[in-house]
Amino acid sequence: MSDPNSPKEDIALPDAPATPQEFQDADFDSASDSDSPAGKIDVKTEPQTDPPEPASPAKIEIKKEEGGDLDNIFKDEEEEDFFGDDDDADFLASEVGAVSIAPGSGPSDPQVILTFYQRLFPFRPLFQWLNHSPIPCHDFGHREFAFTLQNSAYLRYQSFPTMELLRKEILRLNPSRFEIGPIYSANPRDRKTLHKSAFHPLSKELVFDIDLTDYDEIRTCCDKANICNLCWNFITVAIKVMNAALRDDLGFKHVLWVYSGRRGAHAWICDKRARSLDDAKRRAIVNYLGLVKGGGQAGKKVNIWRPLHPHISRSLNLLKDRFENDILREQDPWRDNERAEKLLQLLPDKTLNDALRKKWDNHPSRPSLNKWADVYDVAKTGVSEGLNPARLKESREEVVLEYMYPRLDAEVSKHLNHLLKSPFCVHPQTGRVCVPIDERDLGAFDPMAAPTVLGLLGEIDAWDKAHKREEKVDDYEKTSLKPYVDYFKTFVNGLLRDEAGVKREREGNSGNSMEF
Amino acid sequence: MYRQEPAKRVRAIDSKKHWAGVDFKQLFYPHRLNFYNTPPTTEITLDEFEQWAIDRLRILGEIESCLYRNMTAAELQDVIIKKLQKDLLPLGANSAAGGGSKFQDSKIAKQQDERRKDHYSHYTLRLAFARSEDLRKRFLATETILFKLRYNSDDTQERQAFIESLGFDWEFLSVEEKVAMREDLLAGTGTKSNEADAVFEAGFFRVDWEKVYDLVDQRKVLLRGGKAYVPESQQSSLVIAEFTARLEKALEACLLPPQVFSSRRRNRSLTISTQLTARALPRLDEDDRLIPILNHLSRGFIAPEYNTSMTATTLNGASLTAAVIDDLVQYFPMCMRQLHTTLRREKHLLHNGRLQYNLFLKGIGLSVDEALIFWRKSFSRIDDDEFQKKYRYNVRHGYGLEGTRRNYKPMSCQQILTDRRPAANQVHGCPYREVAIDNLVVGLGTMGVSDRDVIRHVREDIEAKKYHVACSRVFEHTHAKELKREKEAGGWSGGLTENIIHPNEYFTRSFGLKNPGSVEATNAIAPPASGGSGQSMEMD
Ligand SMILES: [Zn+2]
Repeated sequence: MSDPNSPKEDIALPDAPATPQEFQDADFDSASDSDSPAGKIDVKTEPQTDPPEPASPAKIEIKKEEGGDLDNIFKDEEEEDFFGDDDDADFLASEVGAVSIAPGSGPSDPQVILTFYQRLFPFRPLFQWLNHSPIPCHDFGHREFAFTLQNSAYLRYQSFPTMELLRKEILRLNPSRFEIGPIYSANPRDRKTLHKSAFHPLSKELVFDIDLTDYDEIRTCCDKANICNLCWNFITVAIKVMNAALRDDLGFKHVLWVYSGRRGAHAWICDKRARSLDDAKRRAIVNYLGLVKGGGQAGKKVNIWRPLHPHISRSLNLLKDRFENDILREQDPWRDNERAEKLLQLLPDKTLNDALRKKWDNHPSRPSLNKWADVYDVAKTGVSEGLNPARLKESREEVVLEYMYPRLDAEVSKHLNHLLKSPFCVHPQTGRVCVPIDERDLGAFDPMAAPTVLGLLGEIDAWDKAHKREEKVDDYEKTSLKPYVDYFKTFVNGLLRDEAGVKREREGNSGNSMEF
Repeated sequence: MYRQEPAKRVRAIDSKKHWAGVDFKQLFYPHRLNFYNTPPTTEITLDEFEQWAIDRLRILGEIESCLYRNMTAAELQDVIIKKLQKDLLPLGANSAAGGGSKFQDSKIAKQQDERRKDHYSHYTLRLAFARSEDLRKRFLATETILFKLRYNSDDTQERQAFIESLGFDWEFLSVEEKVAMREDLLAGTGTKSNEADAVFEAGFFRVDWEKVYDLVDQRKVLLRGGKAYVPESQQSSLVIAEFTARLEKALEACLLPPQVFSSRRRNRSLTISTQLTARALPRLDEDDRLIPILNHLSRGFIAPEYNTSMTATTLNGASLTAAVIDDLVQYFPMCMRQLHTTLRREKHLLHNGRLQYNLFLKGIGLSVDEALIFWRKSFSRIDDDEFQKKYRYNVRHGYGLEGTRRNYKPMSCQQILTDRRPAANQVHGCPYREVAIDNLVVGLGTMGVSDRDVIRHVREDIEAKKYHVACSRVFEHTHAKELKREKEAGGWSGGLTENIIHPNEYFTRSFGLKNPGSVEATNAIAPPASGGSGQSMEMD
């Protein structure tokens, strides 16, 4: 019913970078380009006419490194028309490298964002990630992109035959962010001329969104859009639980976690098998994974039966270890006796609760750690005859789950045609880049230290000052964005390798069956 | 009923000569259940074509309206299989018709006729409903349920024979594997210890989890490395998932772009042939007799919807203003009261709440201008600028004045129950489902419901997941006096048992009862097309 992209509400402005760094004396060499050394903007490249040999999987690595040439092969007159005239392109080309950011610019200053797209945004890996092959195909060409422009206008159903055309359009429109949607059965730009039945979504990564606002009733350190390292722990442990289920249970291999730029994380599950799931199966996964249910006024939000499903017992084991530190000590959610009622609500025995209440009334502000221990200790004194010890243990497990189990925004995951913000976009309020999170070292990720767009541009500046001009180094390599881009490239390579295997299997020996 | 010219009743003539080489021998149906893999090949009369489809449509329509009323599986089984199917689409088991004697031969013939009717009517409706995505989805859903109900009521042995005929290759676990995974296998299925041995003995098989996604959905199966480990007792969900998957594929195939098809069918005979799936539509387009039937059939399958155009008379012509909403809250169902109260308290509502409430207000007759005034005043903590920027568009969008300009209908109970369940900080949705019972009781108190019996019944309804029944019960209780008066006056034919399926219906009924004479005989809810009768087929 509702537009899946209705603007996020209740926006507060947390830790936006205070003062911009110096850019006024930037002195960039005009040759520098974002991430593709061979991919300079040059619309006058002659279209090549020979169709390319389909790349054998062995060549993938090489082609990937070679840069933009492959993309230009498919350029034709039509595309030229589509994107305006050469003047337009010249105008863009002339801007590359000529960075001068006015002092006092904020992270959402259009000029700052444009420079970020020009010099740092990793278009090439993004293209390969979405295209699943080195040669442009429908996986990329029929993919929906949606742009949020600087004036908040929202453009849906954009699509691009090649990376270069996507890049050009992004530089032209300079969107404050853009989103990625499904691959359609036909080119999204043609949808109005097509019969309804000929235009429908075919596939898209399975995506998840975990947002700390869904933890507001639990976290005590922050609320709304604000986050700190204490509440980021919720996200870290959520990723661990989700990863175990996605990989060990559902059998997915290519899971990319991305910082959403402010207070959450997105997961992109990119396996072919995940991409081709229909809505019913996406919903099934959401329900399989979803445990904490009910709105603000629901009482107990975790209702599970025994014996525990292996997914839940495994999750519980992952969470238990962190519960004492992350919840009891750091969040200390039940210190107020009034708030401790929430704990009592989750326990099974009224007599026990009365005894606990009495005890806590005599010790105002008793820390959660002690209150949690009290539950067992008071129960052991035999205060309640009817108390079922097994049920008490189960309740304690349910408390752990209610406080730590991942809270997913289900709607994002259920629908094949839901759009999600692209990795490496800049969050307009925080100025932070939506960087991938290295899941091998989750604990090391600090959202407060994620690169900001202004910081990165300053790093380029500093590097250029310290190094000789002749050195040919990609801009991103001069900055703290490098490890994130490298991680993303490794991820994409892994996906492409598997994808080539899948394709080879599917196509057998008939080498020329790729469609364009 | 759709009337036919006598001339068109002619039994279809022999078409074999036009289809030389194609074998049209009568299909034999060995099983009561059917996956409908093979399209019908023999001819039927136009009467049969239509009547059979109408009979099936009534069953599907009834299934839909049962779902709408949140019936349990057992109740569905009772309504559909025991009552409706018996009259409309009987399907006898093999065991009912042994074999041998003449008497039994005629029984077998009857049983084959029944199965043929089932087979043909399914294919006719496929054609009628393949045309729009919405119809296709509903056809798929209701056919799946019909299959499931029949599957569950089938004789165990005959069912097993049917399953074997499908030729699935399910990979059974070896004893060693089973023993090694015992604990996880049992926990994965949620098996209690007293049943463990029996479940374990019966065996498990391994399939890609997608094949049993409904078990995954309920977290009732062990998953490892992308495979589901399914206990033999759950075979049915595999079979049903397969039924759905195949039907879905077949329906999509109906949508292939029309292909040029040689005009062999000049002979005006009616052959539901193998071409009936992918290539039948263009052929049928030429047949002026079939298209109107198919159109009628697909129109006979229309869900009850609240019709906003009727509401102009809701308040007897008096136009609604933003200022009177507070006075009208007394006639609102709990879901809308909750939204209204929250809006007044917080001076704000989150997106989904706004959506639900805005469309409801539109449904009771609030104009878009008044709606803008209402929302603007309600959001008293923000300034005009912010309102214009963030909310004006949304309000107008709900009225079909922005974006795609779709005329959104006020949400029905079904949509409210199933669309976008509220997250922790949201208050939209159905309170009977989303609000903890103790809080709900407090809420009921504010509506004047404190009768212990009523509250106990409401609790039971909620436990049985019959949220709309709980809501209807509250309605009955809070309008008991008026309903009694109305009944005595013989004014309302709807009977005492209220069945609320739409919040706007709740409002209209409530307002009408409390203000007798103010509401004209509003028929604001279009009757469910199924309604258990074929009358809805007549509309044109
Ligand atoms: Zn915090």
